[in-house]
Amino acid sequence: MKEEIYKALIEIVGEEFVSNKKEELYIYSRDSGLSDPSFPDFVVMPKTVEEVQKIVQLANREKIPVVPAGASLTLSGLTIPHKRGIVLDMRRMDRILELNRRGRYVVIEAGVTQGKLQSFLEKNCPDLCHSLPEAPPSATVVGNILIHGQGNLTQSYGFNSSMVTGLEVVLPTGQICRIGSCSLSPYWFSIEPLPYLAGLFLGWFGTTGIVTKLGLKLFPKKKLRDVELFVLEDPNLLVEAIYRITHTEMAEDVTTIAQPYPLMYRGTIMIGIYITGDTEEELEFKRRIIWESLSELIKAKEGGFMALMPEMKKGLLEKPMSGLTRTADILKGGGFVYCGAIIPVEKFPDALRKLVEIAEKNDTTYAHSGRVIGRGHCMMFAFAFPFNRNDSESIKKAKKALRESYAATLEIGGVPWKPGVEEQDMILEKMDRGTVELMGRIRGLLDPNGIMNPGNWEVRL
Amino acid sequence: MLQFNKSLCENCYTYDCLTKCQYMEIDVETASEEIKRLINGEDSFVLHNCVTCYACEEYCKKGNHPFYLITDLQEKKGILPAPKPIVKQWINLAIPTKKDIPHFYGAEEPVISLCLFPEYVKTLQGKLFEGLSLVVGRYFFCQLVYLHFGKPSLIRERLPKIIENIANHGFKEVIFFHDECYSTFTSYANAYGIDVPFRPIHFFEYLYNRLKELKGEIRPLNVKIAYQRNCSTRLTPEKEHYLDKIFDLIGVERVERKYDRENALCCGGIIRALQKYDLFVDVQKRNVEDMIKAKAEYCVFNCPACYSSLSERVTKAGIKPIMLHELCKLALSKEG
Amino acid sequence: MMLELHRCFRCGWCKYPSGFEDYNCPSYARFRFESYSPGGRLWLMRGWLNGELDWSDRLSQIIFSCVACKNCVENCRMDFREEILDWIISARSKAVERGLVPPKVRDFLENLMKYGNPWGLPKSKQASWLGEMERFSGQDFLVYLGCECRYEERGTEMAWNVIEILKKAGISFGVLDDESCDGNEVLMLGERGLFEELASKNLQKFRELGVKRIVTISPHAYNAMKKYAGIKFEIMHFTQLLLDLIRKGKLSLSKLDSTVTYHDPCFLGRHNRIYEDPRKILRAVSGLKLVEMRMNRENAFCCGGGSGNFVFDFLSGSDSPARLRIREALDTNAEILAVACPICKAMLEDATKTEGLEGKIEVRDIAEIVLSSAK
Repeated sequence: MKEEIYKALIEIVGEEFVSNKKEELYIYSRDSGLSDPSFPDFVVMPKTVEEVQKIVQLANREKIPVVPAGASLTLSGLTIPHKRGIVLDMRRMDRILELNRRGRYVVIEAGVTQGKLQSFLEKNCPDLCHSLPEAPPSATVVGNILIHGQGNLTQSYGFNSSMVTGLEVVLPTGQICRIGSCSLSPYWFSIEPLPYLAGLFLGWFGTTGIVTKLGLKLFPKKKLRDVELFVLEDPNLLVEAIYRITHTEMAEDVTTIAQPYPLMYRGTIMIGIYITGDTEEELEFKRRIIWESLSELIKAKEGGFMALMPEMKKGLLEKPMSGLTRTADILKGGGFVYCGAIIPVEKFPDALRKLVEIAEKNDTTYAHSGRVIGRGHCMMFAFAFPFNRNDSESIKKAKKALRESYAATLEIGGVPWKPGVEEQDMILEKMDRGTVELMGRIRGLLDPNGIMNPGNWEVRL
Repeated sequence: MLQFNKSLCENCYTYDCLTKCQYMEIDVETASEEIKRLINGEDSFVLHNCVTCYACEEYCKKGNHPFYLITDLQEKKGILPAPKPIVKQWINLAIPTKKDIPHFYGAEEPVISLCLFPEYVKTLQGKLFEGLSLVVGRYFFCQLVYLHFGKPSLIRERLPKIIENIANHGFKEVIFFHDECYSTFTSYANAYGIDVPFRPIHFFEYLYNRLKELKGEIRPLNVKIAYQRNCSTRLTPEKEHYLDKIFDLIGVERVERKYDRENALCCGGIIRALQKYDLFVDVQKRNVEDMIKAKAEYCVFNCPACYSSLSERVTKAGIKPIMLHELCKLALSKEG
Repeated sequence: MMLELHRCFRCGWCKYPSGFEDYNCPSYARFRFESYSPGGRLWLMRGWLNGELDWSDRLSQIIFSCVACKNCVENCRMDFREEILDWIISARSKAVERGLVPPKVRDFLENLMKYGNPWGLPKSKQASWLGEMERFSGQDFLVYLGCECRYEERGTEMAWNVIEILKKAGISFGVLDDESCDGNEVLMLGERGLFEELASKNLQKFRELGVKRIVTISPHAYNAMKKYAGIKFEIMHFTQLLLDLIRKGKLSLSKLDSTVTYHDPCFLGRHNRIYEDPRKILRAVSGLKLVEMRMNRENAFCCGGGSGNFVFDFLSGSDSPARLRIREALDTNAEILAVACPICKAMLEDATKTEGLEGKIEVRDIAEIVLSSAK
């Protein structure tokens, strides 16, 4: 049976792009986080939407699970094939199809990486950029959007998933659909004003279909960019500071940092405030308004702007910041996991207190980074725990700390971002029954055979 | 205990320490009142508005210690020049921890201490530094920076252990890369009656003597430079003659300009840390415009913190920022 | 050497050049399975050494399809980046020790040991002009040819061009009768024992003959000899000598009206940081317009011939690294793709043919360009 499916897959994509070899199965069975590995039966790399369609049709006929994967960098195990089946590595579909400069949008295939898009835009229209997450350049743009990722433009414009202007999707039953203006016009400029069908696919972790193309909003990119770090001790004052900074509407990105090492950072929390401008004057204008907005806190000696050493500034202005990836090597052990909690900004002090408690309780080090979403409508608060892959004790501690962080997130009224299967269960458990039922019905409608990334968003009523 | 001699102030009629201050407008009459308040340990606007540039230590021609007095009083009265979280960062920066052990790296004299500037280790290479051993780390950090943050007691608290670390290794002489370290073990230690059982050597002295040895290999640079005096240099101006001798040897002209020598302006770094943004911009602008007016091609720094703070504006003005030792290396390099 | 494979986070920075334009790891660009990326390879090596994975043909192909181009070392953001290639070589050493290398690699090494070249060709197949070459007996330079330049057509062409230039410039040089392999690919393949044997043979010969300065045609030989002979002897790549001759006026160049783009060979470029010398040579030719490919200098995309792959060709196919590279060269509208390595020359020339680009772009070595314009 497997042999037949293997042959059928070869028919569709060619022998070079199907593997049932244990080396590929090993690599695709796991990600860099702490989820237990689970082996697929096949790894397939399609090049066209027609190939994706044929694979999905085959999977439906044979009732084989399908797991669409980008670069598999969520660290939550979202592309681990929990019920075996086919992992679809989408990264051969890596064409940038259209750049519409006046419309400020780009149309890309599912496998286009952050690095490729960033480099393409820098070369072809340096006055436009997309909202770049702090992930490595190898992460896919579509993957990040589908998990409601955030990027450097999120404080100004919201979650990256709110920047979608159109989708092409292969449904679990094999039909190909277009969502948004592209469904009736040659232009991919907007999902609205049509019914918001995109919502059937954003945040569903591939359980409702496979996105093969995406229209993405681009935003003005200014020539100059600078960063200030505002330092505080009192987390309650951080909430106030963020409110004031976001009111000015002068910052592009607003981030938070809190960690016990290096020693210089211990006991303080920092707000990263990024400003951009086409001229020095514009930059200075924005900087002064931001300084002014925090003048009360400064006068009270409760907060101040840090003098940044050139090396540190360089690291903060790097796009994306490789420093965040390097969190993985803090224990010289190649790993870190984090609970990304989406919380109201006013819950920051609670979240921070929980983080420190959890780290102390589990005798593990921690790091917090965060990002304000919209004008402080909420924020991403990361509870991050490095671990050493060669040290089972450190893995155990990180796992426990992670679990507790997810529980703490729900406790304080937040919502876990990109939750793994266990955390999805926690969410569904807590969720309004009506909402859970709706989710179940949508999944059942779109994926009657239950082949799409099973194990995820499993509604048990 | 600060060895402050109030009778020296009683016999002063110019009150240079306060009247010459570049950041507070103080006339002689006001100065005479405020100095009395300071001597009596009372509150004064001086304690709140001082930007901690260290200059008054140099301005005082009576050999008294007005700046050390100010910082002691600031601490006594709980007056923080900078916001609390900024002060905390600086305090944490140099906490000696259990894990920290003094890294001597097999160092033998002649030895140079780079304290908290490990990034400069790789720049101390080549003929100019042949035969020098390097020591780096928190355990040699002089702590003097806390004068900027109203925490001078930390200096006295941590300094004995630092001195012990150095002396215990048997060093009789230590060259200090940063001027502030040198000034701690001379001016500050003297003012507080702290015993220093080794001879501190200033980096300028080392550079000058070594350049003299390599005189035959020096290729005069024939450039005009502006020199940026850092704050702590004002604590030990007596070593500055080495600097002018170095400039002579390497063939550079230290341009005559308004904001040099006793009239030097702060690089602005600490002023910014004290959250005085407008003053920071003003001070940096005036300083750099002054360099442009004097047609300087390079701006030479002796302090890494000044370099961090001012190099961006200097570069934008078309002047090349460079550390003093890098300038000396240029004069010894074979390539053009 | 401690293998710290567990420290790889599989974040993927290593797949890219500094500007993230496109995938820059040759084996990943060719196969596209994550298992063929640097991170995938390291995780599989760890799985094997931990006993989770058995050795297999696939695993051996994955481990030996790394062409040692060092793009991953250049772009990994972690503190252990300098050791990545060493780890891959270590894993190969273990495979060699346990007799587990792929047949093509085994043949490569056996041929080298028996015949002095990886193809197993007899001495009679060497370049015919070798017989007329002056043997080294104390001249200023020893010109070390290497097996590509003794046996492979493009290599022998290149060596001939270099030798003609040296003659024109009046340089006193000689070649060796019998060369021991420089050992570079042997080192990359993890055969440490054979590498040390070759190194010591070469060192002994150089000492006996009173060699002082060695010029290599291949950057691979340059790389290996810098490692074991660099202390006692002066090792140069021919482009360094050529540049010196041009600077000293010993070679005057006339015109060559062409647009040329230059392909940085990995063993001159990322391995030894020599990027500008070959470009200075090209710029010295008047009329020559030098244009850059998107991926150049420390970002150059490897031709795929390193680490013995010029013989075993594990990365062949319609999207082989050499074919991807020639397409990139074509994008610059250059007429000539200049190379400084005999392996690059062979790989890229073959790619020109398979891509059907003959007549549209020509692969020429730097020595040939200099020769055709030298008075």
